[in-house]
Amino acid sequence: MRYAMAVDTKKCVGCSDCVVACQTENGVPIGYCRDWVVEVTDGTYPQLEIEIRSERCNHCDNSPCVRCCPTGASHYSDGGIVLVTHNKCIGCGACITSCPYDARYPHPEGYVDKCTFCIHRVKKGLEPACVAACPTKCMYFGDLDDPKSPVSEILKVRKHKTLIPEAGTDPQLYFLI
Amino acid sequence: MREEIIVSGRNNHLIDPHLHIWHWQIPLYLFLGGLAAGILFFAAFFTLMGKENKYRAAVKIAPHIVPWVLVVGLLALLVDLKHQLYFWRLYTTIRLESPMSWGAWVLMLVTPLSFIWSAIHIKEVFPNWDWKFKILKDLEAFLSKQKMAIAWIMAVSSVILGVYTGILFSAFNARPLWNTSILGPLFLASGLSAGAAVIMLMSRKHKERKMFSKIDIGIIVVELFLIIHMFMGFLASTQVQIDAAELFLGGPWTAPFWIFVVILGMIVPIILEVLELKKFNIPVVIPAGLVLFGSLMLRFVIAYAGQESRWLY
Repeated sequence: MRYAMAVDTKKCVGCSDCVVACQTENGVPIGYCRDWVVEVTDGTYPQLEIEIRSERCNHCDNSPCVRCCPTGASHYSDGGIVLVTHNKCIGCGACITSCPYDARYPHPEGYVDKCTFCIHRVKKGLEPACVAACPTKCMYFGDLDDPKSPVSEILKVRKHKTLIPEAGTDPQLYFLI
Repeated sequence: MREEIIVSGRNNHLIDPHLHIWHWQIPLYLFLGGLAAGILFFAAFFTLMGKENKYRAAVKIAPHIVPWVLVVGLLALLVDLKHQLYFWRLYTTIRLESPMSWGAWVLMLVTPLSFIWSAIHIKEVFPNWDWKFKILKDLEAFLSKQKMAIAWIMAVSSVILGVYTGILFSAFNARPLWNTSILGPLFLASGLSAGAAVIMLMSRKHKERKMFSKIDIGIIVVELFLIIHMFMGFLASTQVQIDAAELFLGGPWTAPFWIFVVILGMIVPIILEVLELKKFNIPVVIPAGLVLFGSLMLRFVIAYAGQESRWLY
């Protein structure tokens, strides 16, 4: 099993519903976020191209955050989802520093927090909150080892990329281009 | 041409607009750890060479400050943790892939060693010291007999501690400025240089001072050599590392790095130490103080500038 997510940059309108859905679902403290929206404008007027991406933890296969964690709080869970065990985390910040995507943040309660791919929902057979809330249905989630999962199906037919693959993290958040 | 990148909905405290999760505690701790490693290394080295009496300050005097240096460093580290009550979790596991785990365990070895070394040499500083209890006297007698074995462990573990202060940074590929293995030897050299400076300050014998002055000159030359190589490596590497080097080559950290770390912390002390060897009368506190200042600034500049360096996005 290998959970992954794909975000369609052609369908995403940058409404930030995914951000709010995540904050609501996961009780993210005010002023923080586990996912966010990036808009990249390329070119000069009037020849402009825009790419909109809903970004979050990449749940990398070769996670630098898991590698550098001195206590084992950051770990790989079912399906390669990268999680933090709160009562093992000492809040040293090594994982925050190690993430080239800056996807982690220190929770006001002291431990380090990040996207969990909504593992509590996934275990119940639901989609992550961001995917479920998306009004343009631009996000796909599922098991890459299952050829019939939504994410496998869409990656088969669409051109896609990952972010900073040269950092060697083997990210599992795909962007359809 | 890329016009603009807008990130909306994200303003995480200590992460945005650029990472600033590590503050003064980490560079201070790395400086103190390096300094402790430097002093302990010289103490162990000259004990193993059988020159305990020739270099008395290095072997028997300066190491007395190490336990306190380490305690202050560890307190700084504890203050830096955001989930402090769980710090003991460091010692419920050994994670070979994590430099911080290595550091925690090496400190667990070096800190008691430094207390033991101080204890078996306590009579050098306080001749009338009395352990009061027989068991403590016996323990001291036993440990004193094992001095050579302790010196061997101390020599090896102090080098690991010194290198680790740099590896802690260099293991982070996400921060291109830190992602160079030169930081390990550079921070070790800087720690040895700081250790030599403290021994110079604490020595009362002209010959010993002269010897450590010579050692310090050699180490500073090595440091300058490593710094040149660090920049050569960056400039011949990928765009992110070229950008990282630019922080020191015209970017916002140019003045602090070259003025505080290189000129005041390395070049001025080396000139003063050479003049001293040429029989000019220079108060030892000036070169030694500058070396300590430069060593501290090296940690501060690398820690802060490194957090500003990042991948292209």
